[in-house]
Amino acid sequence: MKILVAVKRVVDYNVKVRVKADGAGVDIANVKMSMNPFDEIAVEEAVRLKEKGMATEVVAVSCGVAQCQETLRTAMAIGADRGILVETSEELQPLAVAKLLQRLVEREKPDIVILGKQAIDDDCNQTGQMLAALLGRPQGTFASKVEVEGGRVRVTREVDGGLETVSLATPAVVTTDLRLNEPRYVTLPNIMKAKKKPLEVLKPAELGVDVAPRLETVSVREPSTRKAGVKVADVAGLVEKLKNEAKVI
Amino acid sequence: MNTQELITTYGPRESMAYDVVVVGAGPAGLATAIRLKQLRPEAAVVVLEKGSEPGAHTLSGAVMDPRAMNELFPDWKERGAPLNQPVTGDDVLTLTETGARRIPDWLVPRNFHNHGNYVVALGHVVKWLAEQAEALGVEIFPGFSAAEVLYDEQGRVKGVATGNQGIGKDGEPTAAFQLGMELHGKYTVFAEGARGHLGKQLLAKYALSEGKDPQSWAIGVKELWEVAPEKAKPGLVVHTAGWPMDRSAFGGGFLYHLEGNKVTLGFVVGLDYANPYLSPFEEMQRWKTHPAVSAHLEGGKRLSYGARAINNGSPQALPKTVFPGGALVGCDAGYMNAARIKGSHAAIKSGMLCAEALAGALGSGRAHDELTAYPEAFDKSWLADELQQTRNFKLWFKKGALMGQLMTGIEQWLLPKIGIKSPPWTLHRSKPDHEYLKPAADCQPIVYPKPDGRLTFDRLSSVFVSNTNHEENQPAHLTLKDASVPVTVNLATYAGPESRYCPAGVYEFVDDAGGGQRLQINAQNCVHCKTCDIKDPTQNIVWVTPEGGGGPNYAGM
Repeated sequence: MKILVAVKRVVDYNVKVRVKADGAGVDIANVKMSMNPFDEIAVEEAVRLKEKGMATEVVAVSCGVAQCQETLRTAMAIGADRGILVETSEELQPLAVAKLLQRLVEREKPDIVILGKQAIDDDCNQTGQMLAALLGRPQGTFASKVEVEGGRVRVTREVDGGLETVSLATPAVVTTDLRLNEPRYVTLPNIMKAKKKPLEVLKPAELGVDVAPRLETVSVREPSTRKAGVKVADVAGLVEKLKNEAKVI
Repeated sequence: MNTQELITTYGPRESMAYDVVVVGAGPAGLATAIRLKQLRPEAAVVVLEKGSEPGAHTLSGAVMDPRAMNELFPDWKERGAPLNQPVTGDDVLTLTETGARRIPDWLVPRNFHNHGNYVVALGHVVKWLAEQAEALGVEIFPGFSAAEVLYDEQGRVKGVATGNQGIGKDGEPTAAFQLGMELHGKYTVFAEGARGHLGKQLLAKYALSEGKDPQSWAIGVKELWEVAPEKAKPGLVVHTAGWPMDRSAFGGGFLYHLEGNKVTLGFVVGLDYANPYLSPFEEMQRWKTHPAVSAHLEGGKRLSYGARAINNGSPQALPKTVFPGGALVGCDAGYMNAARIKGSHAAIKSGMLCAEALAGALGSGRAHDELTAYPEAFDKSWLADELQQTRNFKLWFKKGALMGQLMTGIEQWLLPKIGIKSPPWTLHRSKPDHEYLKPAADCQPIVYPKPDGRLTFDRLSSVFVSNTNHEENQPAHLTLKDASVPVTVNLATYAGPESRYCPAGVYEFVDDAGGGQRLQINAQNCVHCKTCDIKDPTQNIVWVTPEGGGGPNYAGM
């Protein structure tokens, strides 16, 4: 069984991002970038399936700028066997990524594709679902548990009302939720080994995909700052403020 | 479990052999690695960095003298080094509470002249240096702290071990536990920056400071702002003396206009201050309210915050920089020109000198001995001349602002005019900074203004914009030799000075169940400035490296 894992290079979760002065987006010049945490969970899950003997190969894929190679090296340090980068400096939207992944799935023929449920930069939560639709294959999103049995994948999903378990025929698309696992530490010996693992670089054109953005960003703004609270002297003061200032009673 | 028990249970540790192991990917460590690869491309060089990426823990003013960079990469401009903003003007101001007097250009001592220098974000320069190093084949591993010096049977340094990962708060291994790794080198170069945690151990083990003045220190608290385009004066360099420091404490402000409407500013306080009520963080906040400073910032927005201890680095305090199997470079040794308020050129130069000695040693097949060629080359270098020339600067100011101004005028203005480069006298000091604190009972509490949230801020909102993070489930990396001392000595005698000198709110005295107070250590706030390790009156606080990758994530500080 072969597993394909998609990883995205995003602004590190510790970084407080800042909207550019002209409102054209978020300033990412010189900020620390790292692997999307949900994708780290996806890599960890794939590697665990391999360690349990359920999978034979784990292939990590990333789409984006040349520096995504670092993200792929991290995936390989966690335990992925090889990496594929679809390199482009164009802005990639979820549909474009899903189309690129579709082509790679057709080429690599994995039994399971695991993706993070969403990326922490744009919070789209679309790529996995779009990929399943493009492939015409079943999907198990927001997985908190993934089991492989008898050529099928059992995915326990975190839904509003509780946990839902679905059984999917392979090939299938799985997206990870936060509680699926806790990714391991990337150790120095494994980083050194990962440097020697194969990493293939492709261009979107080689996969025959037009990645031009379909959506236009109209504006980006910072959330309005919360106003400082005030202390009221007594109940009468509180009622007065609720009535006349907040106008809620 | 201690490291030895962990190794017995989970070990042995994996190891890897290199020609040279460098600890710290800052200007000094990277210059060492780069220069060595330039001279000896076949050398295997590895650099460990505790920050999540090169530059993440770098904090400096910074006005950079490009002299050393010109030597390291004569074509740095073509290579795209981020030295983008030449200095366009020097203002030296003396502040009173409401007024400011600009020292006329002809009276400004030459150590304050910045013509030909660049206003830089040193973090960006470091990131660029790391790219250059990697292109030369240097292996850089960010996110891994060197936690331990390894010695061979003859007591020579044979390398370092990285810290263990996945140790819980209780000191026991968690499910994610991973043992550290040993990196062995024919030589190990320590470039941890001021008050390096391993450097401190090496200074003690090999008695490297013997016969030298004790090192003196300062803390710099810094912010990065974006200002309105009409307020930007790219290349303007402002230094202030006077207010809010009174005559008893040594300190001054800096404010530099970078490119792209950015202003970097900060305040530096000498760590030999006596009044335990002094708070460097709040002095910096208060300093910003001075009209001569706030005028630059009005309508702007603070982007980032950070702090770092600095060594004052007069050559009188410079330790022996070599020992069997290794060397100290950059601020880990104490190369810094406090009079010129610059150290990055000294860091790069010292790394280059060390690398030249390394290349010679490796070339003749040596290993694990003393790189005596490095200090010898330093003594003959322009860096030694430069440091000698300003060696008394800080020490005159320690005798009071008037004496400082007078003697700096004589040494840096009058003597050069009559052809004497280096003053014919040398000052010394004998007391380390932590011994200067006076009991709180003998001192006047200082009342600082409340932050307004626009120009001035509190500690926690400041740490927030330093992007500081540590894995929560790990032992505190601020360790106490004796857990009772913070209350019985620090609080009882000195009114808990660590709660004031810490610029990140790590140390907090809170009420305990018994009606008294206890020290709470919020280690996850730590911005790795090392001030506590320096200023703690009984040297009871020992800073050790936390899990790799923890600490601030500065973007161009």
